[in-house]
Amino acid sequence: MQPISNSHLPEDELAIPEWQRAHASAAPVAHAVWGTAIRFTILTAILLGLAYPFFVTGIAQVLFPHQANGSLVLKNGQVIGSSLIAQSFTSDKYFHPRPSAAGNGYDATSSGGSNLAQSNAKLAQRMQADIDKIATANGGKPVPIDLVTTSGSGLDPDITPDAAYYQAARVARTRGMSVEAVRALIAAHITRRALGILGEPRVNVLELNLALDDLAK
Amino acid sequence: MTANGWLQFALFSIVLLLFVKPVGLYLARVMEGERTWLSPVLRPVERLIYKLCGVQAEAEMNWRQYAFALLGFSAVTMVFTYAIERLQQYLPWNPQHLGAVGPDLAFNTAASFTTNTNWQFYSGESTMSYFTQMMGLATHNFWSAAAGIVVAIALIRGIKRTTSATIGNFWVDMTRTLLYVLLPLSVISALILVWQGVPQNFNAYTAAHTLEHTTQTIAQGPVASQEAIKELGTNGGGFYNANSAHPYENPTPATNFLEMWLIFLIGAGLTYTLGTMTGSKGHGWAVCAAMYILFAVGFTVCYWAEAHPYKVIHNAVQTQTATAPGGNMEGKEVRFGISDSALFSTVTTDASCGAVNSMFDSFTPLGGMVPLSNIMAGEIIFGGVGSGMYGMLIFVVLAVFIAGLMVGRTPEYLGKKIEAYDVKMAMLYALIFAFIILVFSAIFVLRPAGLTAMANPGPHGFTEVLYAFVSGAGNNGSAFAGLSANWWLNVAIGFDMLMGRFLMMIPVLALAGNLAQKKTIPPSPGTFPVNTPLFTVLLIGVILIVGALTFFPALSLGPILEHLLLNARQLF
Repeated sequence: MQPISNSHLPEDELAIPEWQRAHASAAPVAHAVWGTAIRFTILTAILLGLAYPFFVTGIAQVLFPHQANGSLVLKNGQVIGSSLIAQSFTSDKYFHPRPSAAGNGYDATSSGGSNLAQSNAKLAQRMQADIDKIATANGGKPVPIDLVTTSGSGLDPDITPDAAYYQAARVARTRGMSVEAVRALIAAHITRRALGILGEPRVNVLELNLALDDLAK
Repeated sequence: MTANGWLQFALFSIVLLLFVKPVGLYLARVMEGERTWLSPVLRPVERLIYKLCGVQAEAEMNWRQYAFALLGFSAVTMVFTYAIERLQQYLPWNPQHLGAVGPDLAFNTAASFTTNTNWQFYSGESTMSYFTQMMGLATHNFWSAAAGIVVAIALIRGIKRTTSATIGNFWVDMTRTLLYVLLPLSVISALILVWQGVPQNFNAYTAAHTLEHTTQTIAQGPVASQEAIKELGTNGGGFYNANSAHPYENPTPATNFLEMWLIFLIGAGLTYTLGTMTGSKGHGWAVCAAMYILFAVGFTVCYWAEAHPYKVIHNAVQTQTATAPGGNMEGKEVRFGISDSALFSTVTTDASCGAVNSMFDSFTPLGGMVPLSNIMAGEIIFGGVGSGMYGMLIFVVLAVFIAGLMVGRTPEYLGKKIEAYDVKMAMLYALIFAFIILVFSAIFVLRPAGLTAMANPGPHGFTEVLYAFVSGAGNNGSAFAGLSANWWLNVAIGFDMLMGRFLMMIPVLALAGNLAQKKTIPPSPGTFPVNTPLFTVLLIGVILIVGALTFFPALSLGPILEHLLLNARQLF
């Protein structure tokens, strides 16, 4: 290292291009760099890799214990899922989430999308088959696009309000409820845009289905 | 496209630009070694680190010493992470009993996190223990981000100083960046993320008994602390495979906004740091304007393309309504819709972040070309923390040089003559980037290792391989994620990332050293001013011409060809 801060070069040395100058100091410095690098790595690893996450965990567990532990939903004392993570619903009495490409479907240890390209015939075939299947089970065509596309995570907990209303008649019929009552329940479960601007309106499928079950009691 | 989509873009723009000055000023104070409001708490910690590491804080380094310290430190941290990955089964906080990471993947991942790339050829939740995520990976999110910032600061010092042999002290710059900038912002951001729903625990994965009587295992972990620095340090390596599309990493539109803001915060602030440290605030704003214009153009193209999918399916609602986003929703989350997905994708590739909240592989060809082109442009649109600034300054040197050629004078930049050596270093930087991308891509689209890794047929498969090497060399880390890992790709992309980082940093530090020792000359009538709208236009022109001339042939074989064929309803 240079002993003097921001040291100035003599005029005559400036005439020589920087890359041609002799660098006598380079050799002794090499030894010091490795020692400092190793010590700096260990010290900051403890600070950034242990102290920081444990400090955040400590505060988070005190201030926001529900969120910090995964926003889990309990029913009769048992964990039935997380309000942030989609789970599979296939019965006609429940609202269905979007299709999932996470693992074999809704695998919350294997998140991910289909990664199929728009130009891949497999994607168009899958979507067309789903459209026909969903249209038969529900109120016909056209089908809201979110019900036939897999999400980025495969764990999207939401559907669009359109997709919820689209399934209302099927759910009402299976449960022997009026369509108006089901539609009113959907309306009460729509999450609006944050501050009226951010994001898109949506309906959380698990929360909506739990509300349906509560209504049936 | 909806009015609300544009409103979100406008709101993001305002918040982004409001923070340029305060963040830039704070960064300048920290890097000049001045007192900040955090000094009473952090100054003793800073001194302790110098003492324990044997750092002479008042001694300065020339550019070679600075580069050597940077390379030595990066090598040590890379070995550190490789060792943790290979030994994680013997280390604590591994509730799922995950085994050792294979040697090629461990090399790829260690290179990836050391270079601020965070390319991930693995699924976090099924590969990495909590200990590995915290000690092996999140630490690099701090280190590599700080390393990028200090190189940018060293270059700015080079521009600012006259007849100086030195450009700063690497260890001091690193320590101050970590303590005064990255750590405090990460703590605050992590807590906001937890409040919005991001988990922060050391629990084993949760077994849930679903309403339809099946079992669902839900991955947990210390996510929020990693998420915060992942965005702030423009690293982008997700705790989970789905990255910021995962509802645990990015649960609400508010967290999405926060994450995008964190990605741009330091990169945008550094434009003001440039202005204030070199004494030409107008120049800082001219650079900021060039970045903002390129950002707005990228978002517009991406948003339009994703809102207008090709009509290859029938009987689905793909038009946007008040209560449904429509458009191309494959690989996108309902809470973000089209506009927030397009905005996040533009932000993450303008910067060298590479976090994604939607899957690029399923984007429309033109929508996916925006992230690809953003990285090809060099991630200089606000850019990676530090790397965006020094990358942009390379283009500034080229722009000044071209302006000088046009009027037939020796080009000057903020009072420094730009001579052959400086232009050579700038051109080295530009050429190394193109060379490694095009050579690696060309090899792998011809070899079985590349061909069998492709997930999609046709021109899209080519784009997957091209994107991997662009993302690696650009130290971005986002992916057309259908591409599957194999030994050859792990090793090749590992070297792609190391070369894209360190081979490009060395010319930057050489340029810094050479500029620092020059004398300042007073501006004359022939000096091309670098604080005017005309300069902004010239700078954008140079970026587009260099980028387009280099990469247009590759783009035309990938996304452009795919777009033309899809328009004719040609599927593969």
